[in-house]
Amino acid sequence: MSISKIKFDKKIVLSFWIILIALIIAAPTLLPVFRLNLLGRYLSLSIVALGVDLIWGYTGLLSLGQGIFFALGGYSAAMYLQITSSSEFPNNIPEFFALYGVEKLPFFWEPFRSPFFTFFAIWIIPALVAGLIGFLVFRNRIKGVYFSILTQASLLVFFNFFNGQQKLINGTNGLKTDVTQLFGQMVGSESMQRIFFWITAILVIAAWFFAKWVVKGRFGNILIGIRDDEPRVRFTGYNPVIFKTIIFSIAGGLAGISGALYTVQSGIVSPQFMTVPFSIEMVIWVAVGGRGTLLGAILGAVFINYAKSLVSEALPASWMFIQGGLFILVVTALPEGVLGWIQGDGPRNLLQRFGLKRKIETYPSLEVNNKEGNNE
Amino acid sequence: MELLLDSLFNGVAIGSVLLVAALGLAIVFGLMGVINLAHGELMMLGAYTTYVTQLIFKLPILKPFYNSYIIVSIFLAFIVSGVVGILLEKTIIRKLYGSPLETLLATWGVSLILQQFVRSVPLAYGTGLVLSLIIGLFLPTTFPSKIKESINFKYFKFSSWIFAALTGVLTGSLISSSISKLSRASARNVDVTAPSWMRGQVEIIGTAFPKTRLMIIVITLISVIAITLFLNQSAWGMRIRAVTQNRQMSDCLGISTEKVDIITFGIGSGLAGVAGVAVSLLGSVGPNVGGNYIVGCFMVVVLGGVGNLLGTVLASFGIGIMTDLIGAGRLLSIWPDMPLPLSNTINFFATTSMARVMIFALIVIFLQFKPTGLFPQKGRMVEN
Repeated sequence: MSISKIKFDKKIVLSFWIILIALIIAAPTLLPVFRLNLLGRYLSLSIVALGVDLIWGYTGLLSLGQGIFFALGGYSAAMYLQITSSSEFPNNIPEFFALYGVEKLPFFWEPFRSPFFTFFAIWIIPALVAGLIGFLVFRNRIKGVYFSILTQASLLVFFNFFNGQQKLINGTNGLKTDVTQLFGQMVGSESMQRIFFWITAILVIAAWFFAKWVVKGRFGNILIGIRDDEPRVRFTGYNPVIFKTIIFSIAGGLAGISGALYTVQSGIVSPQFMTVPFSIEMVIWVAVGGRGTLLGAILGAVFINYAKSLVSEALPASWMFIQGGLFILVVTALPEGVLGWIQGDGPRNLLQRFGLKRKIETYPSLEVNNKEGNNE
Repeated sequence: MELLLDSLFNGVAIGSVLLVAALGLAIVFGLMGVINLAHGELMMLGAYTTYVTQLIFKLPILKPFYNSYIIVSIFLAFIVSGVVGILLEKTIIRKLYGSPLETLLATWGVSLILQQFVRSVPLAYGTGLVLSLIIGLFLPTTFPSKIKESINFKYFKFSSWIFAALTGVLTGSLISSSISKLSRASARNVDVTAPSWMRGQVEIIGTAFPKTRLMIIVITLISVIAITLFLNQSAWGMRIRAVTQNRQMSDCLGISTEKVDIITFGIGSGLAGVAGVAVSLLGSVGPNVGGNYIVGCFMVVVLGGVGNLLGTVLASFGIGIMTDLIGAGRLLSIWPDMPLPLSNTINFFATTSMARVMIFALIVIFLQFKPTGLFPQKGRMVEN
């Protein structure tokens, strides 16, 4: 993907930001609560998409197991909420434990009584798990499709584990959050949901800047080097294992934050977050938006999910066809995604095809607006 | 002893389903380095083919031959899945050679479409569509060489496609009018009932074995032997092995890699169809039936090593036997008075889902020592 990318005008960038911030402030008053909640959820999904973009778009690692980290973040947040609002239940532990005859909080949930610990657990635990899985896989130079298959297998491991353990994590029913309390308010209430929307919006922007910072500079260059020619990176004296592990655990941490935000806004976390289709869906958001472009990942996640909810409301059966078609279309016709297509030569080529713009006839083709390292 | 035999048999039965499902995947992956996520859906097509064949054999004309429908359906499933696979290769996968991750995503898209197709299109018309695909793809190859070489061949091809489409529509409406079960689309699972000679149990050395399980083992055995013979004895098999070992070199020596790819993909997909017949005997058939097996199949391929049938065989039986040992908690019954912490651990993992957790963990540990599987390909390469 060494196509020169057009650098947007400063004015366009500024007005884009103004519109974006205006939208975020205005959305809670403009949209009905149901739609606002949906938008908030999709924005939180765009954080996990950013992680997928970091590992797939920039480093070339196609992980089909991001659902693990997503769900781990979700479970951390949900368990904290359940524990803090369980004072009226027997033994001061969440209600579902009583159903399975558990009288004492399992020891690994003990630290989740503290909000401070939970705040860090939401992103550190997924990042550590991702780092461990990543290290074990990368250490053996397992890559390409093998990596994808192994991440999918570990996804299944986690799914089976979480699905089967009623006594520890309420098994297949998952943990509900919408009737729990946070700072004396119901999590599912309208005012809380509005606050969550704002938190999500701010975190999406923060995550975007963080991701931009990660892929900028030498670290980002090595990531792109690993994607394009890993042996050469190794022969140059870098150890790809370390870089891959770091970026994989960063993506895991982002997925954890995303999962926590998604959980409090959807009201439940369950092993359904760890199903195989959901994790592959995350990849398609990035693929459609434009891999290797961070903005594309965010827009892809929001728009595809919005389209999904609109289509599923109107024609429930057709979404699978559309989604399947998207997968095929995007890899065969639009490998750079929509944003990559716009930033690359796509629009010009299209205009040329209709004879609206003159072809630039140079050989080798001149690179227009060539500036190094513009990935946005 | 009896316990051990029982356990061994169960393990082999689980393993043989895995093996027949993973066989096609292993060949395709070995040859093209392509992960076909639609493999499970090709199995599903095979299972549905069995179901449709069963209903067709219940028609008055074919009623006397009802008992042999399962044999017929094995061949039909091979053809149906094979043709869908060939079509998949010709339209999508061929464009994506050299980019395995993209292929993986595209085949996932195909699998979603196939699943939804089975849900929302009546099976009768689905049968018609598949029939017209078969005719459209294969009729032109049977033309005499005089026509094939003529300049008007494309018109002949076109007319054969029209003929195929007409036949498909006719068959579809014929089936739909005569078998009411197939005339409506339904997302519900369907059941394949084994013919009477396959029900019940057989006694071997004092232990009773269900006949369907034995049948699956037989199907697997025949598939493995057939594919081994094909790969090792036939000319095309030799070409396939050559391309698997070194694609560019074989291309230089005049082997049409394009044809090899089509044939391999067709055979791999066809084997998925055969696996579908086996799966349909085990439980009810639904649009998601393939998804349950696909990850297990990948594990077999990863564990066995690429491009080696022996590795695939050993890996699937290994996984099968381990699944049974762990999932049914058999170690406990073989060695009843083991120390408490150990027996607690074994009990913890003694369910089907937890056994899966254990197996996958073991595979990941195994790959730490042998990252390229049981039988790695020999050679010195920087990449893969």
